[in-house]
Amino acid sequence: MNNMMTQLLGWVDARFPLTKMWKEHLSEYYAPKNFNFWYFFGSLAMLVLVIQIVTGIFLTMSYKPDGALAFGSVEFIMRDVNWGWVIRYAHSTGASAFFAVVYLHMFRGLMYGSYKAPRELLWIFGCLIYLALMAEAFFGYLLPWGQMSYWGAQVIVNLFGAVPFVGEELSIWIRGDYVVSDATLNRFFAFHVIAVPLVLVGLVVAHIIALHEVGSNNPDGIEIKKNKGPDGKPLDGIPFHPYYTVKDIVGVVVFLMIFFAIVFFAPEMGGFFLEHPNFEPADPLKTPAHIAPVWYFTPFYAILRAVPSIAGSAFPGVLAMGAAVVILFFLPWLDRQPVKSIRYRGLCFKVLLFLFVADFIMLGYLGMKPTTDLFKLLAQIGTIYYFVFFIALAIIPKFEKTKPVPERVTE
Amino acid sequence: MKKLIIALLFALPVAVMAAGGAHLEKANIDLSDKASLQRGAKLFVNYCLSCHSAAYQRYNRMGRDIGLSDAQVQENLMLAGEKVGETMTIAMPQSDAKRWFGNPPPDLSVMARARGTDYIYTYLKTFYIDENRPFGVNNAVFPDVGMPHVLWELEGQKKAITKTETDADGNETTVITGYEVVKPGSMSEAEYDQAARDMTNFMVYMSEPVVLKRQQIGIWVLLFLGIFFIVAYALKKEYWKDVH
Repeated sequence: MNNMMTQLLGWVDARFPLTKMWKEHLSEYYAPKNFNFWYFFGSLAMLVLVIQIVTGIFLTMSYKPDGALAFGSVEFIMRDVNWGWVIRYAHSTGASAFFAVVYLHMFRGLMYGSYKAPRELLWIFGCLIYLALMAEAFFGYLLPWGQMSYWGAQVIVNLFGAVPFVGEELSIWIRGDYVVSDATLNRFFAFHVIAVPLVLVGLVVAHIIALHEVGSNNPDGIEIKKNKGPDGKPLDGIPFHPYYTVKDIVGVVVFLMIFFAIVFFAPEMGGFFLEHPNFEPADPLKTPAHIAPVWYFTPFYAILRAVPSIAGSAFPGVLAMGAAVVILFFLPWLDRQPVKSIRYRGLCFKVLLFLFVADFIMLGYLGMKPTTDLFKLLAQIGTIYYFVFFIALAIIPKFEKTKPVPERVTE
Repeated sequence: MKKLIIALLFALPVAVMAAGGAHLEKANIDLSDKASLQRGAKLFVNYCLSCHSAAYQRYNRMGRDIGLSDAQVQENLMLAGEKVGETMTIAMPQSDAKRWFGNPPPDLSVMARARGTDYIYTYLKTFYIDENRPFGVNNAVFPDVGMPHVLWELEGQKKAITKTETDADGNETTVITGYEVVKPGSMSEAEYDQAARDMTNFMVYMSEPVVLKRQQIGIWVLLFLGIFFIVAYALKKEYWKDVH
């Protein structure tokens, strides 16, 4: 039996680099041994991607992308499809979980300088994944065809209408109609179930290939490849498999406990994961009193609303919102401090980063709330700080007092 | 520092959830109270289901969930001779509904999820006489509501006691402080409260029929993951023994 397996493997290996890939990416991929809590979120993001794809396939089997049927087909899934409610809640919870995990993953990158040389391209692939994820979530949110789906899409598509000269034509082209309608629903469905997921999976593959080419960063921000033993293996590295596979399984179980606690006990998450108005079918004639995107978009929505219109055009706000995402791509070239990890960086970096996190959370809160004078002022201060943070990163290395970085990783 | 960040990340949603909310009365429903659900179903079918549909709720599913056989459902809760596997639709055409009410009465299958449990309960309890409205009544939580007070025979008719409040900017608003019964109904106040609670209970059940089963299964899922965690953690410890 064993002999037969070996022969079979040899047969495959002669035709496809199976063993070679296994070694390169798992059993002989050396990862730093000092990964901490923050290093769980990469593998968790992959897990959520798989959850979304699998539940998504099953949802597609019963969902109807039709303005007259969509809302009812979701309720059909919730009531009449065997286990449809678990599949639907897993998918809706998965959307929020994806962003939660990705935000923590990105924060990890900020903390430990994981975007710095030689990982610039790895970071850019990550930013592209985030962009694709935003598109995926936006298209998907229209599909339940509830009031918030409908009016959320209406508001976002109208943003393209703010583009000078071609805006009106552009937004009609995107919708395929003068208002969000059945035509819009059908094309958003196409983007949500095939176009964007293809891009997303491709980018994830590129992200991992780039990671395994340059090797993982770590909480000390030290290149483990600089200290190799006589056997050519990094002294501070351990094979990803089995060490990090067994460790990531623990992370996966803890994540699933939180995930399923939400799926089974609080799928609406108090209106944060499934917004209450979305249980009313889309009605083009009835604008809800208060339109807010789902929580993961609200920081950017707050930035959009914070920027004052010029000559009645909301275009400056749209530009600011776009810039808030685009600026992430330039991070490796803005922050030129050679010391990577927050552990050995100066106090000014720590304060800046802490304020950035607080700012992002504040903007997220403000983006959910109706604007008042106070909230608008706070959102404007928050928006300014959002960009100040990135500019400050370019300036502080000139006077930053960093600590000496050790040669080898610490425990 | 790290702990503080984590604490902040998790504290925010709680703080946000605690904010907001109108003056709604607590419904205090119990989804496991089958008698209450059955009374609620009866009221719903008799008073709501002629104008409002519940087009995603099947009769037989409802019967199973609230403890009635198909025969009992057919005898007591199905008035128009439908089949027991059908959903709770209505005969009134949308075009007529629009003509009669301005807006067609919305489907109520998931209304409790859209508006909230306490909203439904308070809505049922705050109809008051308002001669300016087409049906002679208005509602405290749904101003200028387009439907009559269908339960008036049970509750009776009441007048709102109002007072005028002036806010900091000098704007005057009329607020309702209480109600005065003008014409008593067939139920006492306590009986009507219970009827409104039963109906709310039924509508909350209907908005997500699977809710009790969902929570039951959830406990087993979390127990399984708890055991899986112990195994996974032990495995990790064992492997990591030789990492120094």
